[in-house]
Amino acid sequence: MSEKTTGKSAAGKKEMFKPLSRRSFLKAGALGSLLIGGTSAAMLPLRKFKNDTSLETFFQQHYERLTPGRMERILKRIENEVKERHGIEARVKDPKPIPDVQFAYALNISRCVGCRRCVHACVEENNQSRDPEIQYIRVLEMPDGTFDVEKSNHDYAPDTVPTEGKYYMPVQCQQCENPPCVKACPVGATWKDDDGIVVIDYDWCIGCRYCEAACPYWARRFNFAEPKIPKEQINPEMAYLGNRIRPKGTMEKCTFCLGRVRNGLLPKCSEACPAGARQFGNLLDPDSVIRHILREKRVYVFKEEVGTRPKFYYWFDK
Amino acid sequence: MEKIENGEVHKEAISGSLSNYGLFLLRAVRLSFRGHIAFYSWMIFLTILSFFGLRAYCNQFVEGLITTGMTDQVSWGVYIANFTFLVGMAAAAVMLVIPAYLYKEEEMHNIVIFGELFAVAVMIMCMLFVTVDLGRPGRFWHLIPVIGRFNFPISMLSWDVVALTGYFIINAHVCGYLLYMKYLGQKPSKWLYMPFIILSIVWAVSIHTVTAFLYVGIAGRPFWNSAIVAPRFIASAFTAGPAFMIVAFQIIRSTTGYHIGDRVFQLLRQIVTISLLISLFLFGCEIFKEFYSQSLHNASARYLFFGLHGHYALVPWIWSAIAMEVAAVIILLSRFSKTPARHIWLNLACIMATVGIWIEKGPGLIIPGFLPTPLGEIVEYTPTLNETIVCVGIWSIGILLFSWMLRLAIPITSGMFHATEDR
Repeated sequence: MSEKTTGKSAAGKKEMFKPLSRRSFLKAGALGSLLIGGTSAAMLPLRKFKNDTSLETFFQQHYERLTPGRMERILKRIENEVKERHGIEARVKDPKPIPDVQFAYALNISRCVGCRRCVHACVEENNQSRDPEIQYIRVLEMPDGTFDVEKSNHDYAPDTVPTEGKYYMPVQCQQCENPPCVKACPVGATWKDDDGIVVIDYDWCIGCRYCEAACPYWARRFNFAEPKIPKEQINPEMAYLGNRIRPKGTMEKCTFCLGRVRNGLLPKCSEACPAGARQFGNLLDPDSVIRHILREKRVYVFKEEVGTRPKFYYWFDK
Repeated sequence: MEKIENGEVHKEAISGSLSNYGLFLLRAVRLSFRGHIAFYSWMIFLTILSFFGLRAYCNQFVEGLITTGMTDQVSWGVYIANFTFLVGMAAAAVMLVIPAYLYKEEEMHNIVIFGELFAVAVMIMCMLFVTVDLGRPGRFWHLIPVIGRFNFPISMLSWDVVALTGYFIINAHVCGYLLYMKYLGQKPSKWLYMPFIILSIVWAVSIHTVTAFLYVGIAGRPFWNSAIVAPRFIASAFTAGPAFMIVAFQIIRSTTGYHIGDRVFQLLRQIVTISLLISLFLFGCEIFKEFYSQSLHNASARYLFFGLHGHYALVPWIWSAIAMEVAAVIILLSRFSKTPARHIWLNLACIMATVGIWIEKGPGLIIPGFLPTPLGEIVEYTPTLNETIVCVGIWSIGILLFSWMLRLAIPITSGMFHATEDR
């Protein structure tokens, strides 16, 4: 590359304003059309883009910075969106944690038969995408005599359960007291609420999936595509931090059905269990079933060594 | 510079220097579009590849990350693998900076600016790789302190954002300042660049350490939760970066005739050799720890090196990486690579080392970290075509940027592109 153009004393300004030669004019034209043509060809796929974000939603602040009035408007906005997109009259609320309540779960390993009714009840309740399919609960079929999850079978499908020589261990969000996912999030889009439930502001999450990598229980799910749910399967009772339909490109997870439990109901998975293996309650209430189990049963938590302090307990009967 | 006597003259001087700077920018733009047919072909080729990448990204933007091979099981793939590798490449610029500024190697002064420019281009690639990995790139502003909600200092990812942005700014400042002074024909003021040079050395180590801590900080993934990841990152970065530069400098030397002394190659070869030896040693330490104790925590390592429960996707890759790195170190230690006439061997070793390290700390680190999953499942990951084209596009943009920077920097440093005497 030799430099012919930068004369020693030629005034720079003159150099700038000298007329374009025919050759450089053609060259500039060819380059310009390459750039413009190339950019527009490259951006063609954007024609199919369906914008899911209004300007107001784009500038919406973090959950903890929303005033009650603004929240009211946001809930209305979500109801309208659900109606527009799915033709459903949804009721979107923002139930707050109840004071002096710490929710906890206890699962009886001896009772669980591995029927996966909890898995499907959860999907129906929480408006997860059916395509691509998202489930919060994963039931591991484990051979007797081991705790090693690597020996588990996730895709077991016999005609009847339980299978001889196996036991079943359902895993979902453990609502950790020390949640690694919350630490991981670079924008504070996920946090532990006052009742111990780890929640996500779906309108704040940037979709980096660091929380998903950080979770030792594989409890978090990402919306790789726009969630698809048949209209008749949509649960119209929705919670802002809970089961409302998630936007594409954001994280979601089990919230102990916060829209239900903060209104005195049981989580759907607990209600659906035919074996009575799933118990739920308030850790701070000495008379709760949870406290009874913690006092009387052989309780353990999953992966205690990673220091997450789950509020999801497993226990044995026999 | 004229002597400044009062406010009037001072104002004039400022507006004068501003218009000088404007003129510099205009002339730089014109210079960018001047060159041989080979330069034009190269730049147009890269531009077209970048357009393919942009198109693939637009697909992904419309459909979501479903267009990639990533799943809930393997939730990071080649985007983050490339990102991790490239952070190291950017950090490796200090392997030119240290000899040039701290050990005052004469010959290194000719090329140190190219290393810093390379770091700037690579940082842009890093930012692009992170951005394409986001599910909601439009919410990027949530990361900005005050108007967003930046989870600093708790989240390691927020540390990475600070480290990377800082490194980008430091290098962009040093390059921009030194090149502009050279263009003006003025002696740069030491106070305006030396502190930043020193800072960039510390900062370079920190960007790669912090990137390692992204993985190391995750207790639930034993394959990453290992103290040796950060040292391994540094050693492999100081191998791959200088190895890449050895090849790049030869291309620069032969295509532009810019003077790059043999001493530069000698020095870089030593750096690559020693770093690669350290890197292999640390890698060996990791392998020993994984396999000798036979803990169940070595499942990911078993998957990576030998395959697990009938899944072998990474096995040929990691063994190729080891073979290439070992071959590279043998060539580098032999006398083949020492004489300038034998640059073909040196180049071969450098390319093998770079590719080997890309595999080892890219796909070879990210993917096995996810497999088996914390619940013991194995779902193999293969990048899709669309995802691959996005990667090719980002690499093209990076190389395009670097080529363009060189197009300006080489005439400036060799004194052919400079301010004219009269303003």
